[in-house]
Amino acid sequence: MTTLASVPPATPAAPVAEPPVRFRDLLASEWIKIRSLRSIPWVLAFTTLFVIGSAAVAALADYHHLADPGPNPRQSHDFLPFDAYPPGGYWTLMLVAGSIGAITVVSEYSSGLIRTTTVAVPARGSVVLAKAVVTAALWTAVGTVVSTGSFLVSQAILNGRHAGVPITHPGVLRALAASALVAPVCALFGLGLGVLIRHSATTMVTSTFTLIILPPLFSTRTLWSADVNHAMPVSAWQRLVENWSPDPDSLAFTATVPGSWIVYALWPLIAVTLAVVVVRRRDV
Amino acid sequence: MIEVNELTKRYGSKTAVDQLSFTVRPGRVTGFLGPNGAGKTTTLRMILGLDAPTAGTATVGGVPFRSHPRGLRHVGALLDANQVHGGRSAAAHLSALARSNGIPLRRVDEVLQEVGLAEAAGRRIGGFSLGMKQRLGIATALLGDPPVLMFDEPINGMDPEGVLWVRRLFRRLAAEGRTVFLSSHLMSEMENTADELVVIGRGRLIAAESVRDFAARSTRTSVLVGTPQAAELAAVLAGAGASVEPEGSAGAERLAVTGLAADRIGALAFGNRIVLTELTTRTASLEEAFMELTADSVEYLAGQPR
Repeated sequence: MTTLASVPPATPAAPVAEPPVRFRDLLASEWIKIRSLRSIPWVLAFTTLFVIGSAAVAALADYHHLADPGPNPRQSHDFLPFDAYPPGGYWTLMLVAGSIGAITVVSEYSSGLIRTTTVAVPARGSVVLAKAVVTAALWTAVGTVVSTGSFLVSQAILNGRHAGVPITHPGVLRALAASALVAPVCALFGLGLGVLIRHSATTMVTSTFTLIILPPLFSTRTLWSADVNHAMPVSAWQRLVENWSPDPDSLAFTATVPGSWIVYALWPLIAVTLAVVVVRRRDV
Repeated sequence: MIEVNELTKRYGSKTAVDQLSFTVRPGRVTGFLGPNGAGKTTTLRMILGLDAPTAGTATVGGVPFRSHPRGLRHVGALLDANQVHGGRSAAAHLSALARSNGIPLRRVDEVLQEVGLAEAAGRRIGGFSLGMKQRLGIATALLGDPPVLMFDEPINGMDPEGVLWVRRLFRRLAAEGRTVFLSSHLMSEMENTADELVVIGRGRLIAAESVRDFAARSTRTSVLVGTPQAAELAAVLAGAGASVEPEGSAGAERLAVTGLAADRIGALAFGNRIVLTELTTRTASLEEAFMELTADSVEYLAGQPR
């Protein structure tokens, strides 16, 4: 007779069958985080309305101007599509995108939530990438709504003077795309900056300073300074929105269109790459 | 199983953790004790891969925790209950964490139920009391049903009912075969909860043994003797090789005697016709053993050192 003592095994709780590691789980997680903050939809709604409103105001000014040109009538209607993209409105979009992009990471650092997150997902680089993808998608959507809305509203107003242009007008699609994409460019820059700095106020000031205040400090009259100026997202956006050729007699150096698209690509790329590298090496 | 081997962390010239080695075994509740600033939290962070050690290794289940791409099914941890975003609801907070690890969302309701926060699931965490946040932190740790659980000062801010609940929970988790590692600076918290202790001071290991062995380490086992003839008895006991310290007020004097057992003291008193009103053996509490062992390693001492 066998005396196999059937001692109940002191089962060390074995981990449950682990599902495959999927990046889209992280995307879903980051999306829940953004969606569950009440302030985000409000900020997005106000920003959208403000930017489209600023385009309407610019279009209305020209609407009145067209009715009563005064002693110096505009020589051409070429500049009218530009009403859709008033700098004041789009600088605001850039600022908000940069700030909200930064907040997605800075809020985790300032609350300490980042430690909880990192224990849940020790692959820190993947967390940053997931945040970047969700931020890029969110702001591309917002940027597209804002930019398309600006264009449609401004042209609808100008149509009152038969001065509106269709979306197929030369240069309009590029301006539309550039104005939509400037939002994710700035949001990803803010996100990268947030990871590097981790401190809310410092991140906001640095982001605002770099995006809006710094570019005009570099004059476009000398080559090196113009190069720096043209490497800024604001300048790139301005160049891409202009649907006319640069004035050949101008004393200033002008940015090129391909160069401006490269600026659009490089800023988020460098910011996110730096963030991923740094977050892997640093103590949380 | 948590294995810490020669773990060291230096910040500039300050050494927070100094060549620390210990093992935390499954099936038991292990207390991690040390005065404030002893390096407990830094050690937990290194085990969790949040901070990189200057030297040495820490492994969970045989591998460094950071090597897991997703962590919740391997280790559940509560480091600081305030490390949450106040703007989210408890359910949203847990859902985001569960989703990141591919844990089904019904698990969120289960753990909220388990920690008694089911009613508060939809409320913003910002409005939670510390005790509720601790419960939420424990819910987070339980989310992945992990074999290893680590809690840093989990009882802070909890009401007596909560403390009792949390003790039972820790005992149950250990009984299920899990590794349960609790840090605290209060020995009294451990007395009723822990089976094993890891005690550190100034980043160094002071003791790693069972609670019983730890208590027995104290040299302060003494006998309290009450007598109207204190001076006479003191002389007799001193003559027998004991050290005697008077306690209490004049008239109701008592002597704390170390170095002689109660029966010997009784016999000596009887032999010398001294009346005893009290004879009590006082074994050192865990608290005293802890104070004694860590006295040299308290980082921030109030007042002047003795």
